[in-house]
Amino acid sequence: MLEDPTGLERTWADAPGALGWLRSVDHKAIGRRYLATASVMFLFAGALAATMRLQLSRPENPFIGPDLYDQIFATHGTTMMFLFAVPVMQGFGIYFVPLMVGARAIAFPRLVAFSYWMYLGGCIFLYLSLFLNTGPDVGWFSYPPLSEQLFSPTKRPDVWAQMITWTEVASLAVAVSIITTAFKMRAPGMALNRVPIFVWAQVVTSFMVIFAMPAVMMASTALILDRLVSTHFFDVDRGGDALLFQHLFWFFGHPEVYIIFIPGTGIVSTIVSTFSRRAMVGYLPVVLSLVSTAFIGFGLWVHHMFATGVPQLGASFFTAASIMIAIPTGAQFFCWIATMWSGRVELKSPMLWLLGFFWVFLIGGLTGVMLASVPLNVQLHDTFFVVAHFHYVLIGGAVFPLVAAIYYWYPKLVGRMMSERLAAWAFGLFFVGFNVTFFPMHLLGLHGMPRRVYTYLPQTGWGPLNLLASSGALLMAAGVLTLMADAVRARRVGALAGDDPWNAGTLEWATASPPPNSNFIEPPTVGSLDPLWEDPPDQPVVVGLRSDARDVLVTHVLDTEPDHRTVFPDPSIWPLATAIATSAMFAGSIFTSWAVVYGSIPMFIAMVGWFWPKSPDEGGTQPWPIEHRTLPLPNEAPQGAMP
Amino acid sequence: MTAPAAAAAMVGRPTRGDGGRAAIDVSGLAPGGFGHRGLMWWGTLGIVFIEGTAFALTIAAYFYLRTRNAQWPPDAVAPPALFWGTLNVAIQLASGIPNHLAKKAAEHVDLRRVRLWLVVQLVFGVAFNAVRAVEFLNLNVLWNTDAYGSVVWLLLSLHTTHILTDFLDTAVLAALMFFGPIEEKRFVDVEENAVYWYFVVAAWVPIYGVIYWAPRLI
Ligand code: HEM
Repeated sequence: MLEDPTGLERTWADAPGALGWLRSVDHKAIGRRYLATASVMFLFAGALAATMRLQLSRPENPFIGPDLYDQIFATHGTTMMFLFAVPVMQGFGIYFVPLMVGARAIAFPRLVAFSYWMYLGGCIFLYLSLFLNTGPDVGWFSYPPLSEQLFSPTKRPDVWAQMITWTEVASLAVAVSIITTAFKMRAPGMALNRVPIFVWAQVVTSFMVIFAMPAVMMASTALILDRLVSTHFFDVDRGGDALLFQHLFWFFGHPEVYIIFIPGTGIVSTIVSTFSRRAMVGYLPVVLSLVSTAFIGFGLWVHHMFATGVPQLGASFFTAASIMIAIPTGAQFFCWIATMWSGRVELKSPMLWLLGFFWVFLIGGLTGVMLASVPLNVQLHDTFFVVAHFHYVLIGGAVFPLVAAIYYWYPKLVGRMMSERLAAWAFGLFFVGFNVTFFPMHLLGLHGMPRRVYTYLPQTGWGPLNLLASSGALLMAAGVLTLMADAVRARRVGALAGDDPWNAGTLEWATASPPPNSNFIEPPTVGSLDPLWEDPPDQPVVVGLRSDARDVLVTHVLDTEPDHRTVFPDPSIWPLATAIATSAMFAGSIFTSWAVVYGSIPMFIAMVGWFWPKSPDEGGTQPWPIEHRTLPLPNEAPQGAMP
Repeated sequence: MTAPAAAAAMVGRPTRGDGGRAAIDVSGLAPGGFGHRGLMWWGTLGIVFIEGTAFALTIAAYFYLRTRNAQWPPDAVAPPALFWGTLNVAIQLASGIPNHLAKKAAEHVDLRRVRLWLVVQLVFGVAFNAVRAVEFLNLNVLWNTDAYGSVVWLLLSLHTTHILTDFLDTAVLAALMFFGPIEEKRFVDVEENAVYWYFVVAAWVPIYGVIYWAPRLI
């Protein structure tokens, strides 16, 4: 019955060296890569934002011209939405969902590795293009007709459209893996009402990804087809319609806001509960709010198009839906307040950033309710009021919880603590800087300053508020630098964290920091929502998984009865090879549509390499010849006696 | 027990099995399982959702463009020739039979039958991909003629990508069953492949309806 941790750890380890690194299928390594790459993307896009603020800091600034400004704001928006906000949340999901459900790995580990390489391919492609003066320049949603060949005869919109394909392939792959992990790999005892809220949030988000992302892929594919092979989807002269793009895009685009925001709320619930030192108040309402937010989110796509003159009744319906979404969000707010109210709040660094979140997101929500009313929306359409609103929502809803998550989970990832004092400094700088940057933008919008202009005249009187906004951006940058400096410092000299530095209740804290290769030397079982708080000390562990192969336990979806074991694949170079082949095809397709044909050959080869079994007993099942079936069919009782 | 005390107790729990510790032993469980027991089934389901959404959105785009045009199909364009599309419905639905038999054979780990029915499936696959090529030639419109042509080509190409990749997947699987290292787990793969095949074939029925009948009936 005794496990031998050395053998087990060797089984789950990556090979040393560069090749081992490239072949890794460990969800912790891939999650870390996602987080690191997304952080770099945040820095790049942040640098672009700083450049914009520098340009707008005074009227008629000669610093950058309209052509470059267009590329900068479009690349900033594209990066933040597609290459930062979604992947960073998925990165946390990849790292923590398996740990939080007590699993040894993420489902489909090679697919997850592939997704990372695709994501990286999209990042490199976008910034290489920008560097070659071919960055997207028609906004982060690239509306036709402006993005059509006639008005944009460059390669810039093609870059945008293909970048979408790259990143969406990646996030769809991650979504499927996270759902499967959360459904089928939970520790015995983790019935649906004991699933951590963060995991629920990741599952709901993944479902939204699955139903929303295909829409933007269809939109960008149709756009690139119009541009490259002369189809007429959006060409009014030949029976097409540019509004079709908008419908497809916002069928994705509004859920996208929630795809970014729902994992954020999952983080908030997790941290609020830990630092109030009590179980979440209203677990069920919070989970139901997450689910209903997802449903309403899909009903909302049209509200981005009020200015296009949708039929009157439709407009009223969508106004109602826009306002209705406030209900589940409000319910979550009350649950958080109730949890803090009835608990003993400890104001540690993650909590600090959550307070920032509460404030900022509330303002974003209020201006959102304003924009949900059709008359105001038409008036403020395309002004800086809108820019202010969505930065309050996005930075409030995603970046503040995200930084809270960094402080919260850094000790688990690295094994050391970040500094509370520097955290307070970083927070102060960022919070003040954020409000100084974005609050004046509301006023600028009300005074009529349009968005996406590279400069303005002195007579408009917008100079002083713009200067104020730009100086705020400096403070924000200082805050981000403080955070980064601390992260680098703490890696080497931070206090050792131990398994559970915050005395938190969920399973990721039941193992070492950083976790061993196999996540849990002895996989846990659970008997409550916060097992580290409420389970008895002799809560059973799982034994009997092989330690000479990557054996994992698969459980029943609803009641998590142990169902069977399955052997996961060893590290493999094929995910990387497949991603390279796919990337080459995507990049080539911009220049000639034949690339799709030629490019699919190496892709096919790589995929065969991927799926072809490496060793006869890889699966842990019997090699041929087999006398009779031993694996159970769906309707049979699980094999093997359980105690 | 108070929360911190419980927390302390949990953190202090031994990280190595100490023999005396309560445990559930899973070593007797089967090393895999068919159908929705297995992870692959859920992964396939996810892909079906994704691709089903893509099909549904393209069909929605078709009808959206339909409302933007007074004439559908526009002037001087005949609807696609019925024969080949209908033939393909027949072939694809018929391919459900070897598909079903391959699935059943896999569930009985009957290698001989699995090989047989996979090969029959491949024959069907060759047939419906070939007919598909003829379908493209008989659409009576090109992708760059007008928006109608664009969306019809998109719908048909989207489905073609699926029958083509499903054919290739099945070919690789069949090669594996003939030449590869075979173990029991591979039969689960055959079963999953059959599930996906059902989806691809089932998707053709509404798409066929849209491409071939919508311009005639609506
Ligand atoms: C870090 C501090 C940030 C600053 C200083 C900043 C600044 C700006 C500015 C000035 C614009 C407007 C440009 C214009 O319309 O002329 C803009 C646009 C935008 N920002 Fe940010 N931003 C920041 C962070 C973010 C984040 C975190 C996100 C999303 C998660 C984001 C998403 C966007 C989007 C989508 C646009 C619209 C781009 C377009 O018009 O196509 N930004 N940002």
